[in-house]
Amino acid sequence: MPPGQYLTEDFPVLSAGPTPNIPLDRWEFVIASEDGREYRWTWDELLELPAEEPTVDIHCVTKWSKLETTWRGVSLDVLMEDVETTADFALAHSYGGYTTNLPLEDLLDGKAWIVYEFEGSELAPQHGGPARLLVPHLYFWKSAKWVRGIQLQEFDELGFWESVGYHDYGDPWREQRYQGD
Amino acid sequence: MTQDYQDGNALAGPLAELFAVDVTAATGRCVSCGDTGRVADLRVYGHELGWVARCPSCDHVMLRLVRSPDAAWLDLQGTLSLRVPLPPS
Ligand SMILES: [Zn+2]
Repeated sequence: MPPGQYLTEDFPVLSAGPTPNIPLDRWEFVIASEDGREYRWTWDELLELPAEEPTVDIHCVTKWSKLETTWRGVSLDVLMEDVETTADFALAHSYGGYTTNLPLEDLLDGKAWIVYEFEGSELAPQHGGPARLLVPHLYFWKSAKWVRGIQLQEFDELGFWESVGYHDYGDPWREQRYQGD
Repeated sequence: MTQDYQDGNALAGPLAELFAVDVTAATGRCVSCGDTGRVADLRVYGHELGWVARCPSCDHVMLRLVRSPDAAWLDLQGTLSLRVPLPPS
């Protein structure tokens, strides 16, 4: 367990706004590169991509951790396969307006997924369904609920919580909770 | 569906730490839609990571407040102005 965390069996719901209602026939996921090129997937196209079932520990900055959670979704490596970029940074953005920033390398090499199932069931709206980002090696606020897309860019743009005091990177093993940690 | 937010009075405690006046009695103007209303009438989401207060008319974020063990961050970029009632001088 990372320092300062405690175990929880339930799955607390943390929100910064109303839960968006996203009809699947209008859902889309967009990766935009730094030169303006866009790569889009509809809901059906996402489900057709090869899926993985990662079992991972998740760590919330509010100090709860949940071990061996099981998800189903598409690796960012698959989604990034045809994307041409030299960007170093990514800003994930969500239906409802939430954003979070992370280095692009933290989304690659089997470290991140767009997930649409949790513990064998479709991902509930309060937990980020229809689909959320899953980046379990960073604090869970980086795993954006209701994810809509990822903007690739050459500069680091602070996201929703990162711009009001939370840490730019958020490594639970180094207890990077707030700016300056 | 159950209501997933509290009203702006939930901000009274955390803001009292920063301001000598009761900010929930102030009126604020929303950057996004221009509506004016009492801070006490905002819709306050969360509080575990931080308080996020949204305009009751358009849901735009008007105020964010994060409290770490040794600091507070206050963001008012969604609030065009705050009118704070004061005793006559
Ligand atoms: Zn408004």
